[in-house]
Amino acid sequence: MYAVAIVSVLATMFLAVSRAFAGPTVFDRILAVNTFGTATVLFISVYVFMGGRPDFLDLALVYALLNFIGTIAVLKFLQFGNLAVGGEDEGGLDS
Amino acid sequence: MTFVIDILLLAMLAATAITITRLRSLFAAAMLTGVYSFLSACWMTALDAVDVAFTEAAVGAGISTVIMLAALALTTREEKRPKHSRILPLFVVCATGAVLIYGTLDMPRFGDPAAPVHQTVAPRYLQSYEETHIPNVVTSVLASFRGYDTLGETAVVFTAGIGVMLLLVRSKRLKQDRKSKNNESEEPAQDNPKKKDPKNHIAENCIL
Repeated sequence: MYAVAIVSVLATMFLAVSRAFAGPTVFDRILAVNTFGTATVLFISVYVFMGGRPDFLDLALVYALLNFIGTIAVLKFLQFGNLAVGGEDEGGLDS
Repeated sequence: MTFVIDILLLAMLAATAITITRLRSLFAAAMLTGVYSFLSACWMTALDAVDVAFTEAAVGAGISTVIMLAALALTTREEKRPKHSRILPLFVVCATGAVLIYGTLDMPRFGDPAAPVHQTVAPRYLQSYEETHIPNVVTSVLASFRGYDTLGETAVVFTAGIGVMLLLVRSKRLKQDRKSKNNESEEPAQDNPKKKDPKNHIAENCIL
């Protein structure tokens, strides 16, 4: 069962990677990298259970957190051109 | 099963690396380094090097992509075509890789129980609870057996952090000084006409 799960996760990774290679716009690539991060979380979870050592699930948790924060940071950077901007000032650098 | 997983992961790693070298758009290359970092973390998990995968999670996946993007804001979005031929760099890279592979031929096989690293200090570390009274083996090595080493590393990281903070605070203060001087001399609304639409220019330039 773990084998089937891990093969499906690897197939998802392959699809996400090909979208990241091809992606015509920048947002395709960001979405592909985000999907790939989620697939990584799943891969690590399934892999540690397959190896019989579920205590390494912490690693998958760290990846889940970082993937979220990283995507937010990239998108914020694209929007404002700067990470040192508060969310409330809509104008970004103009203010 | 693990063999198939290893092959698939390594194939995707190689494909990502080759694509990064071939892409001209620097933004896409920065995003693909994120994919590369995720892949190498999967690969390190598959090799049972979970602590290295943890470090890769902290550094590679989150921070370095953002730092690459921040560097990208200071340069152009497209890589220029190289003027010199690419044969010599390719040759140097291939030669270095061949030397590295040749260097691994002498090493013991992966997971070999007869390897020197498992024969000399590792058994003592594993029995170290009587000596150090720390239940975690890795913590006992880092905090007790290599205590001075860890102290030195911490001092280095602390010094680097203080240096970066000093630089950042200084540049912020300079910027504030300049701003207040501008406010005194003329109207602040027209002091920098270049920055008229900074919000959208990165997104526009990045769409390929």
